[in-house]
Amino acid sequence: MPKLYSGAEIVFKCLEDQNVSHIFGYPGGAVLPIYDELKNFNSIKHILVRHEQGAGHAAEGYARSTGKPGVLLVTSGPGATNAVTALTDAYMDSVPLVCITGQVPTHLIGTDAFQECDTTGITRPCTKHNWLVKDVNDLAEIMHKAFEVATTGRPGPVLVDIPKDIQFQKSKYKNYKKNKKLNGQSHDNYSQKNIDELINLISKAKKPIFYTGGGVINSGSKASELLRELVYTTGFPITSTLQGLGCFPADDNQFLGMLGMHGTYEANNAMYSCDLMINVGARFDDRITGKIDEFSPKSKKVHIDIDPSSINKNVKVDLAIVGDIKSVLTSTLKTFKKSKKNFSKSNKHQTSNWWEQIQKWRSKRSLDYIGSEETIKPQYAIERLYELTKDKDTYITTEVGQHQMWAAQHYKFNKPNRWMTSGGLGTMGYGLPAAVGVQIAHPKKLVIDIAGEASVLMTMQEMSTAVQYNLPIKIFILNNEYMGMVRQWQELLHDKNYSESYTAALPDFVKMAEAYGCVGIRAKTPEELDDKIIEMLNTDRPVIFDCLVDKQENCFPMIPSGKPHNQMLLGPKDQKDKKITGKGRTLV
Amino acid sequence: MANSKSAYSFAGKKQKLDTHIIVVWVDNEAGVLARVVGLFSGRGYNIESLAVAEVDQKQNISRITIVTTGTPQVVDQIKLQLKKLVPVHKVADFKREDKNVIFKEMALFKFVANNGKLNKAFEACKNFNPVILDKTNKSNVIQITALRREIDTMSKNLKKFGLVSVSRTGAVAMTRGSEIFK
Repeated sequence: MPKLYSGAEIVFKCLEDQNVSHIFGYPGGAVLPIYDELKNFNSIKHILVRHEQGAGHAAEGYARSTGKPGVLLVTSGPGATNAVTALTDAYMDSVPLVCITGQVPTHLIGTDAFQECDTTGITRPCTKHNWLVKDVNDLAEIMHKAFEVATTGRPGPVLVDIPKDIQFQKSKYKNYKKNKKLNGQSHDNYSQKNIDELINLISKAKKPIFYTGGGVINSGSKASELLRELVYTTGFPITSTLQGLGCFPADDNQFLGMLGMHGTYEANNAMYSCDLMINVGARFDDRITGKIDEFSPKSKKVHIDIDPSSINKNVKVDLAIVGDIKSVLTSTLKTFKKSKKNFSKSNKHQTSNWWEQIQKWRSKRSLDYIGSEETIKPQYAIERLYELTKDKDTYITTEVGQHQMWAAQHYKFNKPNRWMTSGGLGTMGYGLPAAVGVQIAHPKKLVIDIAGEASVLMTMQEMSTAVQYNLPIKIFILNNEYMGMVRQWQELLHDKNYSESYTAALPDFVKMAEAYGCVGIRAKTPEELDDKIIEMLNTDRPVIFDCLVDKQENCFPMIPSGKPHNQMLLGPKDQKDKKITGKGRTLV
Repeated sequence: MANSKSAYSFAGKKQKLDTHIIVVWVDNEAGVLARVVGLFSGRGYNIESLAVAEVDQKQNISRITIVTTGTPQVVDQIKLQLKKLVPVHKVADFKREDKNVIFKEMALFKFVANNGKLNKAFEACKNFNPVILDKTNKSNVIQITALRREIDTMSKNLKKFGLVSVSRTGAVAMTRGSEIFK
């Protein structure tokens, strides 16, 4: 007779077979049998967070920085509902997560039992799929299926809800054989004809642009290499979404910077005026497109995406290629090299006017800001942080708001998986726990959360986690005492009625750091900033860095609401010179 | 610029809506209907009617028939989003005008009236395969199968014959001829 295992043991056997080394979680009544089993599985390390949302974001940080699925383990009721924000965040940003929740015993389901909630009901719209395990004999299969669903196709979160009695019951466990099918290939649905068509469009284009997104990063580091090769071979300009930063080196001349609402002038104008747009793994999000009726009106649009439902969802495209980025780019490069050997020579001539135009847009220097010797400008702080950390292999996470956009604009990423930010859901409080997850995955690397003082307070309790596990994460707070992005919109759209966007009674972050048992550093003037940053970098413990910045600074350039890409609002320098078009000005 | 006070863009031009019948084959498991219906409500798609039942007991397959309206782009999205659900096997989509597809709804009518009116009621239903399922000396229950708008009209017109209660199903659909949808 084969050996019988309890449900709790089966959970860990599955995690072992899936090569899971870390899980993030928080115990509670309905998951106690699983927690009891933890001691028997040494290959799996549990990270105790301070709030289930923190477990979710930490698992996201772990997943984004490694490409492996993040795993969290939480209890029923409030444990599950606290994880919902993180699950939704992962769903929006296509991050593979496996969430294991405890549930009240089967016979109590539906009786409003203590700490009962309809977990699968609540999480149905924010997971790719979820399961309520009603029979211990199904548990192993469901667990493995959960990992498969989370990691294949367009990645995303899944949830397995396990009632407490199932965790005790016994069943057989068959060793799991991993399906050899590679991630993307089973989802590829394109033909050589599509590739030929793409190459035909590329060879005809006079004003082309690559518009790349998080899909490149999700497809693995090889996809980034292939993208670079394709961009260099074609000589085309490239812009990236917020989530795609890092798949192409930001300091390369062909890179136009980020596009979208707070993207650069050159990137957005190039998107507006191009004749060929090649979307690689991005999804025409509303922060990217601006006014959809006037989005890039004259271009042929190509969309490469693994998710067929992303095609034609927001923007109608002329050529859709459904498949994994890595495999599509491989086929494209192969065909390209065969059929267009001398492409770059003939193409340089064909796109030279286009590059001239781009240089004109570039000369606007849309990311410039007015410096100051008295107060630290937030952009300056990011620039200094970049200069002082660029030689290290640095991982950056962010919260949500102005600091996030400044980080995206002024920190230059050269590698994929180094930039973790909440783009789709825009979750304030994401960055600190995400940094915890990143540091767990990369213990020797420098991990910095570029934060705002309002966001970071939402999940500040996770500093305690960082201290417990000696995670030397650096929380770099751009402190302007405002919910800066809210204030900016109120300034531009609501006649400077700063309704509830100022935070009175902020804590003293330096003392707070000390209370948590980590290190607090404060920088008040531009003069001392470098020294303080170096002090932070030299501290081998968690640090909260309170960087007091200009309270009034706004994030420019920006596309005001409901406007197309060619009507950007530029920063104060240009506004003074009245370089901005009359149309854009009346907007705000 | 009165309505520019938003961090979002404005709604674009309104497009023409078409009526489509979406047929979904799913694993008959707990919560599967909630997944399908939740997808519609969550993404703001319409459901005009819904019919669902298990059609293959051996393989545990249920067939869900949904009548919906939307722009061509929305209908495409509905299909693609449905296909992403794990328990969904296949999705078919028919335009209501499609001559190659049969659509039927069933309705039960209860009449309370004298014999003369009851007979007239039955007579009025005769184009829609009426079946008398129950009869007493002052009432009867008639089953008809017809198209949605035919049943709409009937429910209105039959009031005068003592119609007191209507119960009806959502539409079900099947292609004509020997072909089946794969």
